[in-house]
Amino acid sequence: MNPTLDMVLRAVGVLVVFMVLPLTVGQAEHKVMAHMQGRLGPMYAGGFHGWAQLVADGVKFVQKEDIVPTGADRRVFQLAPVVALLPYLVVLIAIPVGPHGFVGATVDAGLFFVLAMMGVGVLGSLMAGWASANKFSLLGALRSAAQLMAYELPMLLAAASVAMAAGTVSLPGLLSAFHWWWIPWQLVGGLVFFTAGLAELQRPPFDMPVADSEIIFGAYTEYTGLRFALFLLAEYAGIVVLCALTSVLYLGGWHGPWSGSVGWLWTLVKTGLLAFVVIWLRVSYPRLREDQLQKFAWTVLIPLSLLQIALTGIVKVVIS
Amino acid sequence: MSPIPGHGLAKGLAVTLRTMTRRTVTQQYPETLPELPPRSRGVIGLFEENCTVCMLCARECPDWCIYIDSHKETTPAAAPGGRERSRNVLDRFAIDFSLCMYCGICIEVCPFDALFWSPEFEYAETDIRELTHERDTLREWMWTVPPPPALDPAAEEPKELAAARKSVDKLAAEARVAVQAPPAPAAQPASAAQPAKGATAATDANTKDATDPKDATAAKDATEPKDDKGPKDDKGGERP
Ligand code: SF4
Ligand code: SF4
Repeated sequence: MNPTLDMVLRAVGVLVVFMVLPLTVGQAEHKVMAHMQGRLGPMYAGGFHGWAQLVADGVKFVQKEDIVPTGADRRVFQLAPVVALLPYLVVLIAIPVGPHGFVGATVDAGLFFVLAMMGVGVLGSLMAGWASANKFSLLGALRSAAQLMAYELPMLLAAASVAMAAGTVSLPGLLSAFHWWWIPWQLVGGLVFFTAGLAELQRPPFDMPVADSEIIFGAYTEYTGLRFALFLLAEYAGIVVLCALTSVLYLGGWHGPWSGSVGWLWTLVKTGLLAFVVIWLRVSYPRLREDQLQKFAWTVLIPLSLLQIALTGIVKVVIS
Repeated sequence: MSPIPGHGLAKGLAVTLRTMTRRTVTQQYPETLPELPPRSRGVIGLFEENCTVCMLCARECPDWCIYIDSHKETTPAAAPGGRERSRNVLDRFAIDFSLCMYCGICIEVCPFDALFWSPEFEYAETDIRELTHERDTLREWMWTVPPPPALDPAAEEPKELAAARKSVDKLAAEARVAVQAPPAPAAQPASAAQPAKGATAATDANTKDATDPKDATAAKDATEPKDDKGPKDDKGGERP
């Protein structure tokens, strides 16, 4: 196939996935959360069980006035939502969905690329908080930064363990080296990675940076309309990316029965299940306090990930 | 301390998951109407045929949100040489439901059973002034007043029934004494028995009224002790 056309097709495909999956996760969150609380959730928009609720929300957001506070740093303020959202789009390009090159673009150091990009997403909320000229926003942004510092390390360590196991940092390469017994072997690393990812996305129970009962909505306090919607979308895109990444790194991505033909389906199913867990955790657990949050990262997650690396190293030496 | 660390965390997850598999408790209100318990305080209906314009309700209302206007009409004497009768005629009866706090005092004090609770609750308006409802609307709401529920199985007997039964018993006892007394004149037992029979009939009627759900007024009569209205009326009298 013509390489340009091929690239354009892949880009369009990734874009479509990027538009559809976060909305699906958002809608699932509406419904799952409602039913976990004994409610029905949205029922009217779209007619059938409120399937179009997020579309209606989007229309509402578009209609709202786009306000920039007087004291705000205009350019940075307006740029922040894009900085928050775009990294996830870029990450999605590098995640292999199925075998035989079913991936937006093959990046050689895919694992590092992906992790670095996910870290950039947090920059968006930092920019937003600093540019808003609002003390709540600033507090939220600083909490985001502190959280990023604390949780990036265990995440990287946990990911490094997988890279060690596979002997490569390319995501498709990682997947082709995968065996089913990696799942128990890398279990601890997977848990650490997933938890740290949740914290980095500022999802409950790690949503201290947006703790609405203390600092209104953290870095996003001053945002309205479409820019606010972009931040929300970034959160859901982040969930999709985190879940996809966890399933690729620790659950074998497209591996499964008949993976030759329906491998992409396996990736989707695993991602969906993890997304459900993300929602489930949000419904079940209260928010951690800031000091608990930090303590959890430094005294639990980092030792655990170091242990995982040690375990990986030992097993690797034994089997080689 | 939980036996296993993390036991509480797992429990939290289990609770939410279990709730997800259960039926939700949400009522889809406009589609399915709520099942209201008897004596729900939705709105106040006016049975204006019963109203004598005594003004008790308006005076007792803590919010002063009942507006009554009336005039006097005289009816000519029924018989030649008799006295003219005057009676009150209701001109306006309105309740301002933007002020009403649904305390139910007006309904309690009305001595003529002209006010009732209706469970009707869908009368929201977009303008607060339209919440003052006039007598025709209040009268219309009377049709939505449900029959009062039957008394609880172990409930105290209504005072009216108790009083009627007591007088019947007394009369019956007198009649028995009269029958047993040999030197009594023949006419006496008959005259004693006559009112006794009448009283029994009255009691029967009363019992029927109290249990017959159709006759809301009579049932309310029967179930509501009239005695505690005395002090309230006195208080009303002291008001300016
Ligand atoms: S319910 Fe209470 S507040 Fe309302 S009209 Fe009757 S007495 Fe007044
Ligand atoms: S208390 Fe009863 S009878 Fe008297 S004015 Fe009010 S509604 Fe009419």
